[in-house]
Amino acid sequence: MKPAPALAEGFPDLSGMRIAREPHWFRWLSAALIVLVLAAIGRAFAGGQIEWSYVSRFLTAKVIIEGIVNTMVMAVLAMAFGIFLGVVVAIMRLSPNPVLKTVAAGYTWLFRGTPLILQLLLWFNLALVFPTIGIPGLWSARAVDVMTPFLAALLGLGINQGAYTSEVVRAGMLSVDMGQYEAAQAIGMGRLRALRRIILPQAMRVVIPPLGNEFIGMVKATSLASVIQYPEVLHNAENIYYANSRVIELLIVAGLWYLLVVSILTPLQMLLERRFARGTLQFAR
Amino acid sequence: MTKPLVAIRSVSKNFGEFQALKSVSLDVWPGEVMCLIGASGSGKTTLLRCINQLTAIDAGGIWLDGELLGVREQGGRLYRLSEREIGRQRLKTGMVFQRFNLFPHKTALENITEGPLQVQGRKSDEVRAEAVELLRRVGLSAKADSYPAQLSGGQQQRVAIARALAMKPMLMLFDEPTSALDPELVGEVLAVMKELAKSGMTMMVVTHELGFAREVADRVVYMDQGAIVEQGRASEVLGAPREERTKAFLSAVI
Repeated sequence: MKPAPALAEGFPDLSGMRIAREPHWFRWLSAALIVLVLAAIGRAFAGGQIEWSYVSRFLTAKVIIEGIVNTMVMAVLAMAFGIFLGVVVAIMRLSPNPVLKTVAAGYTWLFRGTPLILQLLLWFNLALVFPTIGIPGLWSARAVDVMTPFLAALLGLGINQGAYTSEVVRAGMLSVDMGQYEAAQAIGMGRLRALRRIILPQAMRVVIPPLGNEFIGMVKATSLASVIQYPEVLHNAENIYYANSRVIELLIVAGLWYLLVVSILTPLQMLLERRFARGTLQFAR
Repeated sequence: MTKPLVAIRSVSKNFGEFQALKSVSLDVWPGEVMCLIGASGSGKTTLLRCINQLTAIDAGGIWLDGELLGVREQGGRLYRLSEREIGRQRLKTGMVFQRFNLFPHKTALENITEGPLQVQGRKSDEVRAEAVELLRRVGLSAKADSYPAQLSGGQQQRVAIARALAMKPMLMLFDEPTSALDPELVGEVLAVMKELAKSGMTMMVVTHELGFAREVADRVVYMDQGAIVEQGRASEVLGAPREERTKAFLSAVI
């Protein structure tokens, strides 16, 4: 074997040296500025017309706790209803059947196209359109008795959420490679089984981050149900400040509770993401 | 007298203006290993997909094991079969794809057991034992619990072959099974296919691996522009082609 040729002169050996730390002047400066601004805002609020003792007293008041529990119950139920509707509508939208396709597109168009608060008011006031509702010959009731604030909020929030969720789920299904569907067919699976066993589990991975987003949106959207007398946390906070006029203090109480709930939801989403990331290199066993 | 396992009669398929298959007729006999060769766009993959009904034909008929595929003839008219019926017919064929198409959220073993458990509704311990045996047969006993992303391309394709075999098909269809593989991984997949051919499985293989065709195929079919140009024993078609188009293709490939 020939010896390696001699290396050229003029290129010193740098292997012992390390790269110096950069000063990052701008980072320090901007951090200092932000601290200053925050301190100014904090000082303004501390000296403003806020009785902080009211905040701490009402933070754990029974009515407020009941309110946040109602908020969570409504958010979870309406989201579950919305996801169920969303999956069904997404499957309809991607079906080869033109009737199902059109119905699905029409649903999304109608409920995405009108404000949520308007839909809540419509559900709540359904009695104005149909004084009695029921199944002819079997059962009937006065609509005012059936359409409680709870049911109106659940229908309004859930059906509206379904319209948005269907688009999220559809995007997830479209992200799965066509070859997966063909491979499922090739081992004899029908359309629905292939969707349930092969396509949807893979779509979930893509769908969970935007769904987490939607759920956080839902927690806050329940506050709109205060206009139809559903006793969620904002509604109850309002009732208290109508009596004692501590408006800002009670709004801060409600705000703190929303922040707490949303802070708990974020790590939960991470856990779900891991569950559905099975088989991807990142989380493979 | 034996009957062909697959009988293809005057099958045509158009994709818009493009004629993918022009009145193709062909028999595949039980135990036969047939290699389909030709340039891309010649219709060989489409023909394979029509047999597995992933693509619906426009005209003509395909019989598998004596049964007309996809449609039912009654009183001089054809009626499309239900999705369930088509699913049942598909169980007679196993398909191996160019891009493997393993289910990424399932382990190698789960990929193999999915069909027998979910579609055929068979007993779990029996299916599992068969899947373990199939993995051994394709040389991947150690990879039962690996996810597809943890396997090399060659290993993935061997799992895909085992997945197709798990349905106990009468006919195996291979759609360019080694085209997506790095060159050093082609051999391990071809070795599994050779073993399968030796075991007596009827196989239709769309391939560019002329060495494999020469060694394993009972018959080589050369297709061009949606039609069969030439067919015969591998030594004839590959060694001494009669048609000008076959000669031109072979000299371009080798």
